[in-house]
Amino acid sequence: MSLDDQGKAYWSATLGLLGKILAVWFVVSFGAGILFADALNGIKLGGYPLGFWFAHQGSMYIFIALIFYYASAMGKLDRKFDVHED
Amino acid sequence: MDLQTLTYLVVGASFALYIGIAIWARAGSTSEFYAAGGNIHPVTNGMATAADWMSAASFISMAGLIANMGYGGGLFLMGWTGGYVLLAMLLAPYLRKFGKFTVPQFIGDRFYSQTASTVAVICLLTASITYIIGQMTGVGVAFSRFLGVSSDTGIYIGMGIVFAYAVFGGMKGITYTQVAQYIVLILAYTVPAFFISLQLTGVAIPQLGLGASIAGTDISLLTKLDQVVTDLGFGQYTTSTAGSTLNMFVYTMSLMIGTAGLPHVIMRFFTVAKVSDARASAGWALVFIALLYTTAPAVAAMAKMNLHATVNTAVGLVTAADGSLKVDPEVVKVRGDVYATEASLVYENRPDWMKRWEKTGLLKFEDKNGDGRIQYYNDKTKNADAKAKAEAAGWKGNELTVNADIIVLANPEIALLPNWVIALVAAGGLAAALSTAAGLLMAISSAVSHDLVKGVFKPDISEQGELRAGKISMAVAIVIAGYLGLNPPGFAAGTVALAFGIAASSLFPAIMMGIFSKKMNKEGAIAGMLSGLFVTLFYVFAHKGIFFIKGTDFVDMIGGPNSFFGITPEAFGAIGALVNFAVAFIVDKMTKEPPEHIQAMVENVRIPRGAKAVDGAH
Repeated sequence: MSLDDQGKAYWSATLGLLGKILAVWFVVSFGAGILFADALNGIKLGGYPLGFWFAHQGSMYIFIALIFYYASAMGKLDRKFDVHED
Repeated sequence: MDLQTLTYLVVGASFALYIGIAIWARAGSTSEFYAAGGNIHPVTNGMATAADWMSAASFISMAGLIANMGYGGGLFLMGWTGGYVLLAMLLAPYLRKFGKFTVPQFIGDRFYSQTASTVAVICLLTASITYIIGQMTGVGVAFSRFLGVSSDTGIYIGMGIVFAYAVFGGMKGITYTQVAQYIVLILAYTVPAFFISLQLTGVAIPQLGLGASIAGTDISLLTKLDQVVTDLGFGQYTTSTAGSTLNMFVYTMSLMIGTAGLPHVIMRFFTVAKVSDARASAGWALVFIALLYTTAPAVAAMAKMNLHATVNTAVGLVTAADGSLKVDPEVVKVRGDVYATEASLVYENRPDWMKRWEKTGLLKFEDKNGDGRIQYYNDKTKNADAKAKAEAAGWKGNELTVNADIIVLANPEIALLPNWVIALVAAGGLAAALSTAAGLLMAISSAVSHDLVKGVFKPDISEQGELRAGKISMAVAIVIAGYLGLNPPGFAAGTVALAFGIAASSLFPAIMMGIFSKKMNKEGAIAGMLSGLFVTLFYVFAHKGIFFIKGTDFVDMIGGPNSFFGITPEAFGAIGALVNFAVAFIVDKMTKEPPEHIQAMVENVRIPRGAKAVDGAH
């Protein structure tokens, strides 16, 4: 693989990863926290109605997990395509 | 020791700490001044970013807003944290790879245009200066409420403190003081929350307490709160939305992309050593932010419960002999009649904290039906049942006005926590305001000294000359911020919305296209930024007046308030961003593509290899 192809492959792998993460980001906040909150409120998580929980708690925990997952997955991609630092 | 003395001691100690850091962390080079030497550990930077980000509004006002809005208040929680996912994945690592000191410099270099950079500087200055007014008034509020000095004196003291570490230490001084300020503010926020959660639910961790049952019962806190507020004619706490679902959707999106596009946050990521550090650091920042942001909804619901219980004994909390609130499980279990005559608190028997806050004007009582008791309910309710009951009980309108800020400020007093906790809340509010003010001042002064003085007027300036220019513009920015804090231009309340609107509609799309669209050219980017900015300002000014000047609003011309699909002006930034993207792509298609070396530069920015220390070369 030439350096140029290598760069292209790395970039499309990156975009694929971003797409997946943004899909989860969207589903938990805009989906579960807003659009489907009413429907989810029928389910209880302890004392929390589930839709309310996503809007006031859950999305934030999932956002944190998403960023750390992203950081580690990108680290792997960097090495796989040999574009890492150092 | 009395509360006043203790508060002086705690706040004084925190200030001594900040000044100590200022003396230790002086900036000797432009790299230290703009980027703290470029060697900050990702966790340290995460903590500093959290303090930088969480403003006086987050600390003092957000929980109160959520308490008033209920479920709909979640838009602030999701919006102000979800932006970090965008920042971490779409902007921060690439801007770090680009390796320059400021956001306008990226826009100027990427779009090979002095004009693009100047437009970015203008957007940055408008967003940051409007944002800083709120911080300076926040400093004044914290001083006057807790230390008994006038708000003006408070602002002068705040200016002095920021001057000490921002002018001499630049980004380096600011970074380390922000770390200290984060620790102060997070303790000040979570300690009262722990106690209150424990009192109400028996669970010390507020995030779990909010989902738990009220102590001694098997009725969940949220169920009981829903019951109490709907009985009193308010909307149900766990389901009330902010306007329409569409508005809540767009509002949340605007706050997310606004957060990701705010320059004072972005530039914190220029201080870490590597691209991979920038990615991880955004995660750490969100961890530290979420500590406060997941506590806030618990504080909101619990303080709301306490407030209702204080003025209405049918809720199920009784005031014990020492004045603190205790759960009475037997009363909680039955759905008590909140309209019973003896349930309303007799005004003369009100607790001490109410007397104290009445003096500040944040709490007001007006005995409309002359019965000497406090009736706190929604007198504009559409709930026919509640309305009928209130009328039958002889209630003549709501008698208690509560400013939203009380939810956090008076929280420790309502729960009768020890005086040191109250003193800590004062220091925490000041830490939140000062840390954000310093970050904004850094963004302002670097835009002036680096992008205008060095970039436009005097490109051959020496490093020592630029460092001096940086310090002078920092000092001038502090004076301007202080002046605006002392003489708030009457529109202070609307300014935060404006800052987010500008960041969302102009800066975020420009930076993102600069990285993700290799063929985006300068014509497209400039047209996009200007049109995004224009439609956002147009919509905001239509509602609030041109530059917020009273009487210059033209809301009728656009067909009445929120005429664009019911979207409020605060929520409009995302629409501005859409316009920006659309215009940029159309103009880009009609004009010639960017030169070869720019496209090569974009390819280079996309890969981490070859990242070097940030520098200021234009």
